[in-house]
Amino acid sequence: MSEFLSMGGYGGYVWSAFAIFIVVLALDALAPLLKRRRVLRELRGRLRRTQKRNEENT
Amino acid sequence: MNPLLLWFHKLGSPPYFYRLAGRLLPWLWALALAGLALGLYGGLFVAPRDYQQGDAFRIIFVHVPCAWMSLFVYFFMAANGFIALVWRIKLSETLAMAAAPIGAAFTFICLATGSIWGKPMWGTWWTWDARLTSELVLLFLYLGVIGLYHAIEDRRQAARAAAFLALIGIVNLPIVHFSVNWWNTLHQGSTVKLFGPSLIDARMLWPLLTMAVATKFLFAASLLSRARVDLLELESGKDWVRQIALAEEPRA
Repeated sequence: MSEFLSMGGYGGYVWSAFAIFIVVLALDALAPLLKRRRVLRELRGRLRRTQKRNEENT
Repeated sequence: MNPLLLWFHKLGSPPYFYRLAGRLLPWLWALALAGLALGLYGGLFVAPRDYQQGDAFRIIFVHVPCAWMSLFVYFFMAANGFIALVWRIKLSETLAMAAAPIGAAFTFICLATGSIWGKPMWGTWWTWDARLTSELVLLFLYLGVIGLYHAIEDRRQAARAAAFLALIGIVNLPIVHFSVNWWNTLHQGSTVKLFGPSLIDARMLWPLLTMAVATKFLFAASLLSRARVDLLELESGKDWVRQIALAEEPRA
């Protein structure tokens, strides 16, 4: 196992390269999920405000 | 109108695209993750050690697919930019702009992992070699497209301006691809060839090709999930988006 992890002495290089690959692509996948939550939350806020304004005016 | 053309028109309608993409997404993510798992397993466990580079060569299993994707995604972005500019199709604007950050991510991974491979193999993190420099220019083009898109207030005008920049930048794609043939570079030439036999052992080739296919699925999944959110934002005044927003209200 430790022989596998050491990658013939190149362990630090190999594992950091694979880590960059996984972390960057995971962030890329996460970004639209966070944006979706933000967009829908803002829209609901806007809808509530217009509803309230309409109720006050009538 | 013939059925294919009719379907194409329907696809351009945001609510239809939103629903269709939503149905495809779980499959695309599953295929992408399964492919990545298989490709990484093959690259780390099955592929034999390189006779010159030892285990450091295993970095190619992430570096090369990302390098291919950096060009593929750019081409996709520019093609959609072209459609957006000529036919003013809203969906193409959205797809082009959604592709930009994904392409930038792949280009960044390509540069970073190449640099990590270069240190033990070439003895340097970076050199102003034609392939490396043109790939760095590609990253700046992506960042330029993203920056221009966010610098203009009106979303549709912004998308068209950024699409125009993407189209101009397409001149860089053949430079990146042929740089290893045109100039005497430190970066090696192609080992995997589309035409003619590849100069690589089969046990190294299949994990590499698996990773190439898996990153295509990953791109498709990320693209559709970004495009869906962008359509929600772009169409936030429309009724179909309002219904989605209200249906997903968290219970307080």
